[in-house]
Amino acid sequence: MPSGSLPLIWRKFGERYDLDGNCCTTCGTCFFPARKVCPNCRRKGKLVARKMAKTGKIVSYTEVCSGPAGFEHETPYFITIVELDNNAKLLSQVVDSDREKIKIGARVEKVFRKISDIDPEGPIAYGYKFKIVE
Amino acid sequence: MRNVSIIGLGCTKFGEHWDKSFRELIAEAGIEAILSSGIEGKDIQALYGGSMASGRFIGQEHIGALIADQLGLNPIPATRVENACASGGTALRCGYMAIKSGEYDIVAVGGIEKMTDVGTQQAAIALGGAGDQETELFHGASFPALYALMARRHMHEFGTTEEQMASVSVKNHKNAMLNPKAQFHREISVEDVMRSGYIASPLKLLDCSPITDGAAAVILCESDKAREICEKPVEIIASEQASDSLALIGRKSLVETMAAKVAAKKAFEKAKLKPKDINFAEVHDCFSIAEILAIEAIGFCGKGEGGKFTEQGKTAFDGEIPVNVSGGLKGKGHPVGATGVAQAVEACLQLRGEADKRQVKDAKIGLAHNVGGSGATCTLHLFKALEGRK
Repeated sequence: MPSGSLPLIWRKFGERYDLDGNCCTTCGTCFFPARKVCPNCRRKGKLVARKMAKTGKIVSYTEVCSGPAGFEHETPYFITIVELDNNAKLLSQVVDSDREKIKIGARVEKVFRKISDIDPEGPIAYGYKFKIVE
Repeated sequence: MRNVSIIGLGCTKFGEHWDKSFRELIAEAGIEAILSSGIEGKDIQALYGGSMASGRFIGQEHIGALIADQLGLNPIPATRVENACASGGTALRCGYMAIKSGEYDIVAVGGIEKMTDVGTQQAAIALGGAGDQETELFHGASFPALYALMARRHMHEFGTTEEQMASVSVKNHKNAMLNPKAQFHREISVEDVMRSGYIASPLKLLDCSPITDGAAAVILCESDKAREICEKPVEIIASEQASDSLALIGRKSLVETMAAKVAAKKAFEKAKLKPKDINFAEVHDCFSIAEILAIEAIGFCGKGEGGKFTEQGKTAFDGEIPVNVSGGLKGKGHPVGATGVAQAVEACLQLRGEADKRQVKDAKIGLAHNVGGSGATCTLHLFKALEGRK
């Protein structure tokens, strides 16, 4: 996590703000975040930028009851692995949802949220979280 | 073909060493290893030191030079090795390869972590760096959360229960009772684990290995020479390592640790052995689910059967395949960078018949499985006792 002046990359994290990823047209696999090389096809792969699906389903979940520094105010919170509708996977918090509904297989959709505020001198981090589709 | 053996061992007590510094701990283990080896410091030609996050924990990087300096080994080349929680196992493998290559005959390998100088939340940030900073820790996925995601999925796919996971911790605490160097000397019950409160559901406090200070060291020597120098050399009959996606989301499966599977398969092929030939194993139980994943990946039991296998006592001290007789990371403690080297120390004690009350009967072949992060790195070593100097 940077502190002081903000590195330029922090204003450009397409994956953090808009689920920007890429897909390999050779093998059809989508990657999130985007990769420079397709690990399946390597030099034979051809990667093209794609926006990932904004909905998907929960593959696994955990309720974090003792979080790392910067997440004290959120604790407890749910961390999930989501398989998006284009088959890419990501890890995300699931928020604004009835806890009983946070289960393997549950449908979720992307929302934009503040992620953490670790360093008083550093940036406030924003990015994606997910919530249960009602 | 040159082979590599361990001729000297050193290990500090594992625990909360508020009264000892980083350099004291590694010097204590290093000196013990050299003094027990039958060689002198001047015979050591190179050094590899494993540490995961000394910079985060005590503000000290460049620990290769620090260790060589503290042990009076200058000017030999000294190198720090970092592979998260597999730093120790990787340092061991670096020393092994340095001798195997013919470059050196005698190499010192150390592993250390001093973790209690910072608070729990800072330690959580440091350990979180073993996962993927951008796609995991950034989102608040603590290190226990990553293993919790694997545990939840294992429960979903195979019907593994929280009680079965608890039985890993119960066994390892019981084993640690017989290890004087272990952090914990307290037996726990399945009920204790179940009542211990969630860290990241379904993992509870007593499913998690502790924060520990400690260091371990071994002296490696080319095997022909080792037979002349040492009464009880222990040969490394296979040293393998494999990698997987750093982040969980890049893995083919959440319920299989592919790096461990690949490293184990290669090690067994190289040594011409099978899982049933192993007499005892030290595996990386940073969380209870991790031991279940480990015994499945190595092949002691089938895929998805690790929970039941453990609950039935098959990995107990007197079971089919004793796993973590030292107490493992859960009972003995887990100073991350030291763990892989400490596993080798335990393997040597067992194979030399020096493990005292926790001695496994007729121990001929031992295995050590050391994991980095949530499974992105795995080192796997097989050990066998040699006939040494009479």
